[in-house]
Amino acid sequence: MTSLSSALPARAAPEGRLIFRHSALVRVCHWVNAICFIVLLMSGLQIFNASPLLTWAQTTNFDRPFFSLSARHDEDGNPIAGVTTIFGYPIVTTGVLGVSRGDDGLEERGFPSWATLPPYQDLALGRRWHFFFAWILVLNGLVYFANLLLNRHVRELWPSLADLRAIPHDIADHLRLRFPTGDDALRYNVLQKLAYLSVVIAFPILILAGLTMSPAVDAAFPWLLDLFHGRQAARAVHFLLAAYLVLFLIVHLVMVVLSGPINNMRSMITGRYRVKETQR
Amino acid sequence: MSRDLIRPRSLRLSRRGLLAGLGVSAAALPLSACSFDTGSPAALNILEKAEAVTKAVQRALLGPETAMAREFEPGAISAFFKPNGSTDPEDADYVALRKGGFADWRLEVGGLVERPMKLSLSDLRALPARSQITRHDCVEGWSCIGQWKGVQLSSILTTAGLKPQARYIALFCADTLEQTLDNTGRYYETIGLIDAFHPQTILAYEMNYAPLKVEHGAPLRLRVERQLGYKMAKYIMRIEAIDDFAKISRGRGGFWEDRGYEWYAGI
Repeated sequence: MTSLSSALPARAAPEGRLIFRHSALVRVCHWVNAICFIVLLMSGLQIFNASPLLTWAQTTNFDRPFFSLSARHDEDGNPIAGVTTIFGYPIVTTGVLGVSRGDDGLEERGFPSWATLPPYQDLALGRRWHFFFAWILVLNGLVYFANLLLNRHVRELWPSLADLRAIPHDIADHLRLRFPTGDDALRYNVLQKLAYLSVVIAFPILILAGLTMSPAVDAAFPWLLDLFHGRQAARAVHFLLAAYLVLFLIVHLVMVVLSGPINNMRSMITGRYRVKETQR
Repeated sequence: MSRDLIRPRSLRLSRRGLLAGLGVSAAALPLSACSFDTGSPAALNILEKAEAVTKAVQRALLGPETAMAREFEPGAISAFFKPNGSTDPEDADYVALRKGGFADWRLEVGGLVERPMKLSLSDLRALPARSQITRHDCVEGWSCIGQWKGVQLSSILTTAGLKPQARYIALFCADTLEQTLDNTGRYYETIGLIDAFHPQTILAYEMNYAPLKVEHGAPLRLRVERQLGYKMAKYIMRIEAIDDFAKISRGRGGFWEDRGYEWYAGI
């Protein structure tokens, strides 16, 4: 398995070497994961909509959730305004959260139709999609982690002390959209390491939190309830980590575009990445 | 990057890369678009396969069939326990029984059993009882903790004596949750024998140290603590040992199962 650090120059060119950056296994895992994540996210929002509130405890506090999506109604009971409440502070989010446009005008629903799978309200179908793709995600994750640990690729993601000291410098470089060239482009910079490492850690925790919502799994492993501070807290962790991964995805896609979308896409599809030589 | 684009080789590669990338995105995109029916029978056929995997893995994880759901201290009981599904059945038979304080209500135990029985509420109360404070997890995502007291289903089944062909226990209820022409809107549930004989599986007539209220399933409801709320049938009228649930109602083993939910509700 060729790794990032042992990348070999494929051919010399004035514009830069073409190196082999990602193994086939990593590339397949990446795209399977990408599809699973989109399906799990959208079906997850469908499931969330069935009870669009979060409590940090074993049980649901219907009166005081720390996060909720709800609706205000007119005298006839028609939804007129969507309200997102965070730690007791209501924010009007009509059109997107709480109340959004459906087939028959405004309707009461947590996340809007375009964000959920299926687009219409159907908890049963959302669950079917969620659990099917959850299994694929888990199997794909096992393959990825086996490769990460057995082939010690985890070293490529683990920041060194020198890396950590370079954080301010790397932030400044990123802000100026100055990306590594030459040999520096052969390895991940510290911000990349931290971002990818956080995702590699977030996924297993997110899956564990999801499993903690299962009454059967709780009977088999009651310690999960203590780990997450209760079933509803596990539901909150599951939701918040998913939100973190959405944030990661946005930054990831922006960086892919800013640092050379074609070169980046090629490296994740064919494995080949062109390293720009350092300007002298 | 602009320099890359004028090199024919990299352009060729890029175009291929781009097309492949678009292909992958295109595979995911229609999920949100209406052009693709996410609930088509073909899609469901594949998606439903996950249930068997989940069931097999969870059964293996639970190991000995007696792994117990967590039981809580009285202080953990929820101040508000959300009533869900039917909360006030209007079925004439039920309304009449309710008016009489359920004095005329009898639990019928039949099907594939050696000794069919009819039990009144006082008969049930006279039997050894189990009390447990457990968390109720609704498929919608919320949880409440309540105290439940009732007769272990295993003791009723042992007394009635299951015939060897019996594989499931069906619970038929008094409430019609959906108005239909063919009576398939009447609530019912089926559970496997592993869950039926689990020590925490009880027929509860008491909740939070008081007689079970109508909104929570009076006079008798099922507790299956390692599964989701919809398995825990309320307003139970009749229990039957059966070998197959395909011929009951719409054939998928329960009111919500008939409407697309998993028969195995362990997650």
